[in-house]
Amino acid sequence: MRQSVIYEIPSLYRENFRVHGYTFGQGERSLCVVGSLRGNEYQQIYTCSQLVKALRRAEQRGELNPGKEILVLPSLNPYSMNVGKRFWPTDNTDINRMFPGYDLGETTQRIADGVFRQISRYDNGIQLASFYMPGRFLPHIRIMRTGFENVEKAEWFGMPHIVLRDPRPYDTTTLNYNWQIWDTNAYSLYTTTTTSIDEESADQAVRAIFRFLSREGILNRPIQGGFRSQIWEDGSLASVRPRYAGIFRPVCKPGDRVVAGDPLAEILDPGAGEAMERLLAPCDGVVFFLHADPMTYANTAVVKLLPEQG
Amino acid sequence: MIQTVASIPLPVFENLVIQKNRLTPTGGQDCGKRISIVTGIHGDELEGQYVCYQVNRRIAAHPEYLAGTVDLYPAMNPLGIDSITRGIPGFDLDMNRLFPGSRDGAMTEDMAARIMEDLLGSDLCVDIHASNIYLTELPQIRINELFRDRLMDYAKLANVDFIWVHGASTVLESTLAHSLNSRDVPTLVVEMGVGMRLTPAYGDQLTEGIFRLMAELGIWTGPVAPVRTPLISEEDDAICYLNAPVSGIFLKEQPHGAILSAGDRIGSVVNPLTGELLREITAPADGLLFTIREYPVVDEGSLLARIRKEAK
Repeated sequence: MRQSVIYEIPSLYRENFRVHGYTFGQGERSLCVVGSLRGNEYQQIYTCSQLVKALRRAEQRGELNPGKEILVLPSLNPYSMNVGKRFWPTDNTDINRMFPGYDLGETTQRIADGVFRQISRYDNGIQLASFYMPGRFLPHIRIMRTGFENVEKAEWFGMPHIVLRDPRPYDTTTLNYNWQIWDTNAYSLYTTTTTSIDEESADQAVRAIFRFLSREGILNRPIQGGFRSQIWEDGSLASVRPRYAGIFRPVCKPGDRVVAGDPLAEILDPGAGEAMERLLAPCDGVVFFLHADPMTYANTAVVKLLPEQG
Repeated sequence: MIQTVASIPLPVFENLVIQKNRLTPTGGQDCGKRISIVTGIHGDELEGQYVCYQVNRRIAAHPEYLAGTVDLYPAMNPLGIDSITRGIPGFDLDMNRLFPGSRDGAMTEDMAARIMEDLLGSDLCVDIHASNIYLTELPQIRINELFRDRLMDYAKLANVDFIWVHGASTVLESTLAHSLNSRDVPTLVVEMGVGMRLTPAYGDQLTEGIFRLMAELGIWTGPVAPVRTPLISEEDDAICYLNAPVSGIFLKEQPHGAILSAGDRIGSVVNPLTGELLREITAPADGLLFTIREYPVVDEGSLLARIRKEAK
């Protein structure tokens, strides 16, 4: 394992902004893994740190095939994480809306450019992604359909679910989109959480990445277990939205199997405490996403179900 | 008449309410046209507050000249304005990346869709922005090249100093202006002044332009002042961007609006800890300094200034 600073800019009053990389092996640029891009992606940096630990052990045991290189970047944004902010501390811009970056542009455009020069041209790219809404997911792989996507290889992770979605205008400046445009097979790997650490799903993600490494010929031993992935269109997920805003009281959890009409959550009157609304499963299925804030706005997708495939 | 554009319940004893003031002719003359003045999509941009007040005040002083409908939307993002937040508080979302929205979508998308529905049918919309807290802008109109032919004649009447026709960008497809222009509501995006402050001189300047536009549409029959002739920039390479070469404190030495010669000093980046002059910032070309950094703390890459190069 070689640790290095892959990008650095000086600051006036803080230590230099540095993006650290951990490199395993040498040769063909086989895989790049990116952890937290935002300052609140604690699960993502944790998962990456566990991946570095596992790769280091694999390297020590001689399990990594020669001629293949893996680069892992646990955090592209340590400045924000160290001050408890999600986006760039001075101007609140999102590095993941700046790719492929611009070397003469604004600070986060320069960071995106400097980092992307180092992490593009890998055969495969994995981003440990987070959702913009607070909530818990079932672990899954998400792929943007750019015309360059490789769904077949996504199944190598052995994750239970793969979700495909069409890019929206703002997606064109994300890391995942630009990886794909520049010939990298890009995957967003979602574990359960963002702002808190879930060791079990982090471990599941590390094992999924190892399974991928094994199928890709980077790791010289097989990894047991894994699922035969089910592939979903993002639009086919059943969203459940409350009519009322109020206190959100879930009565299900991600992974629960429900039948149509089962209770999923209640919306409580924040003053009188009564249930203003009971949210019921619109179809048979599995709870895929569950809102995690104690409050909810009206019409927000608080539960997403994977509908039973008949 | 104060009207509710959208009212969306919040979790605890409050609704998010977006309001507009619809001003209509009191006499018999009504040309049937409607102009919408929109501002406050970004909660930290306040220059449009002054303009809405002045338009309101001037129409109230001479209602006899009003011959059409004026809709004033001073606060598209009322929670943002109230909490000094650029985006939509609670969501960390830029409201100007949500349009055209969806009535079936999440709260923020629903809000965007209701705003769109309310604005559709306007004969002209003016969307007033105030840069951000970092940069001061000379009053200017920015036009996506896709809508150039439709908007240029209106833009020339708006009494701004500068019209900037820029290339299409996919990210901008989700702005209010792009969504309205795509749906046959000509929409001018004004940038002027600086975030979190009012610049009354600019507000007065744009107010004159809005009355000139209203006169053009037949909505205003009273006297209007002549408008200035704006500088127009249509070529990508006509604009110089000056980004901070190092992190430090930026000391501005030129006011925005200055006419510069190549080599003129615009400011410097210094280090207060060591007392070093880190870098002098000079104009790379002759031209108009239409953007200048107001907020002194800069990271490497922070935008310091923009110059519209003098046409050869």
